[in-house]
Amino acid sequence: MSTTSVLGGVVKRREDPALIQGTGLYVDDIKLPGMLYVAFVRSPFAHARITSIDASAALAMEGVEAVYTIDDVRHLGPVLAQVPIGKVRPLLADGVVNHVGEAVAMVVATDRYLARDAADAVEVDYEPLPVVVDLKEAATDAVKVHEDLESNILMTWEAGPFGDPDAMAETQRKIAEAKARDDTVVVSIEAVNQRLIGTAIEPRAVLADWNPGYGRFTVYSSTQIPHALAGAIAKTFGITYNDVHVVAPEVGGGFGLKLNIYNDEILVAFASQRLGRPVKYTESRRESPNSTIQGRGWIATATLVGTRDGEILGYELHGLCDMGAYSQNFTVAIPFLGVFVASGQYKFPTHVKLDCVATHTMTTDAYRGAGRPEAMYYLERVIDAYARKIGMDPAEVRRKNYIPADAFPAAVSPVGFAMDTGDYDKALDALVESDGYRQMLADRDRMRAEGKLVGVGLSTYVEVCGFGPSGLVDLGFSWSEYGAPAAFSGTGLVRVNPDSTVTVVIGTGPSGQGHQTTWSQIVSDQLGIPMERIRVIHGDSEESPFGIGTFGSRSAAVDGSATFEAAQKVRAKAAKIAAHLLEASEEDIQFADGGAFVAGSPDKTVSWEEIATVAYQPHRLPEGMEGGLEAHSIFSPANATWPFGAHAAMVEVDADTGDVRLLRYITVDDCGNVINPMIVDGQIHGGLAQGIGQAMFEEAVYDADGNLLTGSLLDYVLPTAADLPSFELHRTVTPSDINPLGVKGIGEAGTIGSAQTIVNAVVDALESLGVTHVDMPLRPKRVWQAIQDAKGGN
Amino acid sequence: MFPRSFEYVAPADLAEAAEALASAEFAKVMSGGMSLIPMMKLRLLSPDLVVDIGRIPGLDQIEDRGDAIAIGALVRHAQTAASDAVPAALRTAAAWTGDAQVRNRGTTVGSVAHADIAADQPAAVLALGATMVARSASGTREIAAADFFVDALTTALEPGEILAEIRIPKAGGGSAYEKLGRRGGHTDYAVAGAAAWVQRSNGSISDCRVALTGVGTKPTLAEGVAEALIGTDGSPAAVEAAAARATEGVTLLEDLYGSEEYKAHLAKVMTARALTQAIADA
Repeated sequence: MSTTSVLGGVVKRREDPALIQGTGLYVDDIKLPGMLYVAFVRSPFAHARITSIDASAALAMEGVEAVYTIDDVRHLGPVLAQVPIGKVRPLLADGVVNHVGEAVAMVVATDRYLARDAADAVEVDYEPLPVVVDLKEAATDAVKVHEDLESNILMTWEAGPFGDPDAMAETQRKIAEAKARDDTVVVSIEAVNQRLIGTAIEPRAVLADWNPGYGRFTVYSSTQIPHALAGAIAKTFGITYNDVHVVAPEVGGGFGLKLNIYNDEILVAFASQRLGRPVKYTESRRESPNSTIQGRGWIATATLVGTRDGEILGYELHGLCDMGAYSQNFTVAIPFLGVFVASGQYKFPTHVKLDCVATHTMTTDAYRGAGRPEAMYYLERVIDAYARKIGMDPAEVRRKNYIPADAFPAAVSPVGFAMDTGDYDKALDALVESDGYRQMLADRDRMRAEGKLVGVGLSTYVEVCGFGPSGLVDLGFSWSEYGAPAAFSGTGLVRVNPDSTVTVVIGTGPSGQGHQTTWSQIVSDQLGIPMERIRVIHGDSEESPFGIGTFGSRSAAVDGSATFEAAQKVRAKAAKIAAHLLEASEEDIQFADGGAFVAGSPDKTVSWEEIATVAYQPHRLPEGMEGGLEAHSIFSPANATWPFGAHAAMVEVDADTGDVRLLRYITVDDCGNVINPMIVDGQIHGGLAQGIGQAMFEEAVYDADGNLLTGSLLDYVLPTAADLPSFELHRTVTPSDINPLGVKGIGEAGTIGSAQTIVNAVVDALESLGVTHVDMPLRPKRVWQAIQDAKGGN
Repeated sequence: MFPRSFEYVAPADLAEAAEALASAEFAKVMSGGMSLIPMMKLRLLSPDLVVDIGRIPGLDQIEDRGDAIAIGALVRHAQTAASDAVPAALRTAAAWTGDAQVRNRGTTVGSVAHADIAADQPAAVLALGATMVARSASGTREIAAADFFVDALTTALEPGEILAEIRIPKAGGGSAYEKLGRRGGHTDYAVAGAAAWVQRSNGSISDCRVALTGVGTKPTLAEGVAEALIGTDGSPAAVEAAAARATEGVTLLEDLYGSEEYKAHLAKVMTARALTQAIADA
């Protein structure tokens, strides 16, 4: 490492001046000559047959260039999905609509207001069909979502462990035996992990420009996966990957919402090709909830059996997961990510069975955490209930059942997955021994003595992220359906330019995570070239080697590691050049203060400028050395990473109104080594806001007819800074052993660890009243009702 | 989120504004635009003409007129919230409206004219016994707050009338506003809100008005509460008994944030809390 190491240091985000000053470039900022605008005609019905579409009035409006229906685009096939299990989405409704907001027709016009007016002028006749929204009802198949599918249950994930039926039968036998013993207690909670609308501050937007002379598309999209989109467009239109150039400029929030190939991304490309003009679609806030994927939506029962002294003998998680009407990118694979962590950081036998169920609602897919927050929610709620039942400290119960630190690096979870590193006691100890947690408990007792309803909730978590192992290709971890069967490896290219500035090109891009800064730190640290002289290029399908994208808290662990390795290669070559120039041995070359020197002879130096110049003047290089100074690396880790942590919350409940006030929130997160503590803290803050948002405010509510009642931000209550306390963050550091940086990933941890912490705290506050569970979101009405029900002895 | 096309005028004075308002089939007045513009973007409202009164001088004042405090049509929530001249009930309602951006842009009078069933201002002006001053091409008309709120989003304003000013009588006494917002605490729209005004003389409550928001089909005076409280000593027991009558005559409205039962309960809790504070303030 260089003497001016910036790894692990708080470095202000280099990308922020542009973002804060409003000069960052987003898709909707891009205007091309002759550009046309799209508006969609969307279904007001959740399930109906389309009997006619009359676009004549719209087409008669001056400036309306086209109105397209499925008949115009059927030949392109449906929207490609990486996990095409269930019904994949047609580009436009094909005879039947299956959720409110489904796109029925596309209007292309010279301005966006006119496009909207024209869309309103398209007359569509519908014949309503039976609707099923309720998950339990859908699971009975009494009403079929799609007549041509055998069942609404699209897939069942079962594990305990995964992929070993004999061992699973043994697990189930053990659990049944434990339940039958008369010296054990069984605790069971049926809970809803409600649907969420992932509301990025920038809705999706896409602009496609077909150049008939070049025979190529240029596409700008607010996406987390530009390379996959390039592949999907190529495959859809029967052209090559080389004929599509996708750029993701600034992306104003992703959260998984933009980890999808959307029908509109294909449709604008189609329209551009057909009309010979650039075509843009910018999703409106109002249509976004029903045109962009939603998240979560589980109803499950968590059952735990253990002894009266805290030894847990078995755990079952059985539930239904709402997939919506159509399967998109990962849809039915999302609950599988829950299976990965179903047994959490614990060692007890675990059986998990999740049915993926179709309903007449918008598709669900990856939303920050994606399956893991749901799984951790059930596990940590029922452990909390068990601790209450046997009267044991919630931290003690957890500690007693953890996979011990000495089980690593060989630890395999009860659901069958190898885990990289872990020391769960360490994080829990750091939490319960913190002044903050002790103070919480003391304040709770004092406030309770004053007659207040105050609770402290604790929960711990493990997550799995940093998706990258090449071996997971067979489980769907590649973009094979988009014509790019590359594993989820990381990619990084580091190039020292002739003026000794550095260009770094990566296969993953930010939607707020600060890649520009983090990657500059990684490269600066390796080369000793100041961050100001490093530029990070991302989000461009042509500039970078095939990139997988930003999701699953994978960027730093996978692409960061690739970049680290590429920087090491560049450094090694630079050392050779320096040795040649200094007439020294390569082994004696060290880097510091803007150049290289010979160990033991600090006067013998050569600057990076000189090294770079020589690299681009090959006649000055050592005999046989190639010119240039750049390297590329593909990093394929042996495993995913498994961050963990412990959270605590303190709440006060107003008994008269059910109003919950979050007073205090403390975390201990262990994401391995930390490249930039400020960026890591920022990720935790955002994750907590979204997890607490689920616990307290957010809920996508559909009525029985499939209308989304929370379709605007008037009714879909998002958390704001004013609703949240100042978070108190702590850290333990248990480096990962599967990547050279020792990092794990922190994008989703805050969300995965927090919702259950809040609910545990509220249940703690209401314990004296006999309340044992309240479903999320903890709206005042629901908390008040729980108090009334408990008072009534229900 | 794109409105239909519409005409736009920004008149220089109220007379011109009234004239413009009368000139179109369907015209809407815009002050801060915090309610009108979202409704237009959602295409829930598509006026032919928007009359922007935002540039008319002199409407952005809170004036002490001796017997009343007059709030002009362009006084922002933030101004109202910060004014010592404004009684506590309306000041608090203004402080708990929206977020800082909305409070700096939206107007007190505009919110009253919009008459959202969960807005804070209507309850406050009802409890304070305010007078609404409407301006039209044919002159000026005064409407008592009690007669102003007709139904959800519907007021006694006639087409062609602009709510130019709200006058709050300087009747003395104490007032307060209490609410539970959608995200808990005092933020966001009211799940239930109560404004109270009381006057005391010789140790008993001599006059009182309580108004509710959020719980019913329109902002409503809770007359039973006043009836029950007037003449009592304003003790906690008296407040409790009076608050029990909060929802008499209210058509309760269930929504995503509460059942009828819960809203009725909250109406009583908020009424009792607002009364307790108003009595302390009196």
